[in-house]
Amino acid sequence: MEAVGHITSAGRASEPAALRVRGARKHFGPVRALAGADLALRPGEVHALMGGNGAGKSTLIKALSGVHPLDAGEIELGGRAIRPRSAHDAERLGISTVHQEVMLIPGFTLAENIAFGREGPWRPGRSREREARARSALARLGIDVDPRRELGACSVAVRQLVAVARALDVRACVLILDEPTSSLDRDETARLLDVLRRLRAQGLAIMLVTHVLEQVEAIADRATVLRDGATVGEVVGADLTRAALVEMMTGGRITPADALSGPGPGAPRGAPPARAGPALLETRSIAGARLPREVSLRVRPGESVGLAGLLGSGRSETVRLIFGAERMRAGALLVDGVARRRWSPRRAGRAGFALAPEDRRTEGILPGLSVRDNLLIALQARRGFRLLRRSAAREALALTGELGVRMAGPGAPIDSLSGGNQQKVLLARWLATRPRAFLLDEPTRGIDVAGREDVLGLMARMRRAGMALVVIAGEIPELLRSCTRAVVLRDGRSVGEAEGTDLTEGAVLAAIARHDR
Amino acid sequence: MTAENGQTLRWALAAWGLLLLFNAIASPGFFMLGARDGRLNGVFIDILNHGSRIGIVALGMTLVIATGGVDLAVGSTAAISGAVIAVLSSHSGWPWWSALGAGLLAGAACGAVSAGLVALAGLQPIVATLVVMVAGRGVAQIISGGGGVPVTDPALVALGNGVWLGLPGAAWLLGLTAGAFALASRRTALGLFAGAVGASPGAARLAGVPGRTVLVMVYGLCGLSAALAGAVEMSYIRAGDPSTAGLGLELDAILAAVIGGTSLRGGGFSLLGAIAGAMFLQTLSATLSAQNVSSDVAPAPKALVVLAVCAIQSPRLRARLRQRGRP
Repeated sequence: MEAVGHITSAGRASEPAALRVRGARKHFGPVRALAGADLALRPGEVHALMGGNGAGKSTLIKALSGVHPLDAGEIELGGRAIRPRSAHDAERLGISTVHQEVMLIPGFTLAENIAFGREGPWRPGRSREREARARSALARLGIDVDPRRELGACSVAVRQLVAVARALDVRACVLILDEPTSSLDRDETARLLDVLRRLRAQGLAIMLVTHVLEQVEAIADRATVLRDGATVGEVVGADLTRAALVEMMTGGRITPADALSGPGPGAPRGAPPARAGPALLETRSIAGARLPREVSLRVRPGESVGLAGLLGSGRSETVRLIFGAERMRAGALLVDGVARRRWSPRRAGRAGFALAPEDRRTEGILPGLSVRDNLLIALQARRGFRLLRRSAAREALALTGELGVRMAGPGAPIDSLSGGNQQKVLLARWLATRPRAFLLDEPTRGIDVAGREDVLGLMARMRRAGMALVVIAGEIPELLRSCTRAVVLRDGRSVGEAEGTDLTEGAVLAAIARHDR
Repeated sequence: MTAENGQTLRWALAAWGLLLLFNAIASPGFFMLGARDGRLNGVFIDILNHGSRIGIVALGMTLVIATGGVDLAVGSTAAISGAVIAVLSSHSGWPWWSALGAGLLAGAACGAVSAGLVALAGLQPIVATLVVMVAGRGVAQIISGGGGVPVTDPALVALGNGVWLGLPGAAWLLGLTAGAFALASRRTALGLFAGAVGASPGAARLAGVPGRTVLVMVYGLCGLSAALAGAVEMSYIRAGDPSTAGLGLELDAILAAVIGGTSLRGGGFSLLGAIAGAMFLQTLSATLSAQNVSSDVAPAPKALVVLAVCAIQSPRLRARLRQRGRP
């Protein structure tokens, strides 16, 4: 793509900032979300906004996009002070935002989603015009989908790209992307980054929020790091290294080596589990309604099996099938060597299975309910309608302390927690039931470096305690770190396995990418 | 119960208190008690009487709303229950307790039908219970033979007219029902499960919550509470009247639950709030009639006050007002 490197942004450093934030402050009740954040975003740069969970990134973005007005502080756009009062207001001023939870309407077509709220009244030919415009907007991002398709029928990745297309459909001078690649696979991520390079060359000021340090290194010209709601620093050009960023984000709590190196002390490679013994879980050519088509795998206690594959290869569908969340159409599912026919999440839970789903917001947390209720629900469901004994509840709640959940108290609404802390509560929900097998679908998605270390360390502990894990991770290095064995899925079929010394990034990538139908 | 529910409960109680205070000043006879025909009367006793009937239904409605649903059939259910009790007692000569039991069972059955349509057929609660609401009114007509059935059994008449230890029978029944609901929802996992189903059906299912059982129990309890309210109303007017019994009861019950701080989106709920909401609603009606607002016009100002109470409970609106107030 265009050869726009660090020099460009350095050359433009004297230019006035496209967007400047000074001393941003914001409280939500007693919780301080922003405590003096500063930021300067220049035209023609990709600016990474970094920080741990709860550092205030999302709040800052929401302030810029008019969702939550600031308590104090200034926002300047092109040298003029602004106070966006709503998302629409911010868009009108030229700030377009793609939020982490894609805010689109599933029942609308892609074209309608890109255009809604921005069209005049109906006139003949409007829908055709809209479709043509959507087609070109999607083509600009390099994706080939029919804009007349319903959004709800599209994959998460397509939805994400449609959200970007919608943000670019207005004349924006500032584009904000909150974790845009969290649901994209490698190719799609690369494509999105290409799009960002192209937009940068057109002079757009782009703010990118991401936890993936590789992406920051690959594309960002500048990074601003937030910690505890305040800006701790800005790094440019040659100083923009993973090591520097990790140290700034954590305040030195984690040495960069821990977060970056391959297998850490908790990595399972050194101690291969006993090969003997019956499989806790075995699937024989199981198939769902659409995906998977034919997946066979065996998992023993104390073993961690990774499912590798591209988006749409049927990884999530496989673990959902194993957990009974979807109907099995063919094949056999064996638990402790016994075939299970009538299978449901309830039965799976009683058999000692646990699932941390990919979509935390709609299938994980119980929004509006307290952390306590969210934590106890699985244990209580297993016990039935008879209320948990007080001691059992107390023991389960103690897990939040053990996992280092940061919250105001067990009575706080789950929505008030950051993504990483919500995930810890979800893991604790199932750990309280003392599961024998834990299915983890993208357990570290949207979680910061420190939180990711916590979760990965916890998974290692679970495995050492004799639990069987099935792990889905889009990041191959993470998969390698957390698994003793990897099963590669392609088009809904298990097509290969790697273990021991064969378990390398190259081998897994090669197996994923091979096209031998 | 989340922190937010506790706050809205305070607002509901505050609104009720304000309304009572207004009456204490504006209409001197409001709290006066009198006795006539050996029966306590007075505006405040009327409020307790009618408010309790709404409160009983609001308790059941609150649990249904917590699951993310709504039960529009409670009015028809009350009519069915009243008709069943009146017919069995007056025409068939059943003893009062078995007639009452049969009426309550009929109510639970109505709830079970709604639950079946929601949980098994997958209808939206509003559609499913609308069907039961419309059909139920017809069933009540069939049971009673198309007209009011007078009730003379002294025990059944005492249910809605008697006074024990200074409180009307309906208030005692409300207390008993509230106790039973509190036990059922907080001393078992039913409350947690209902809230979980309402907060996120998908997540609740993955966590192993027996969603269908929860729905059947919750709609069944709601039907039971509606039937009890129907029995009280039947007793009060001394007849099972299929065409007017329980008219508009569903709307009062939903309003009471909402004023009490239970969101129609489902999730957390407040039983005490529902009772406070019911009492507030009835006090509001009584206030309007004490101020000589004709009963034909009264719904309009009533709606305005309800809207104001709901608005003041909204944390978003309060935050916005606070922002405006700041220079």
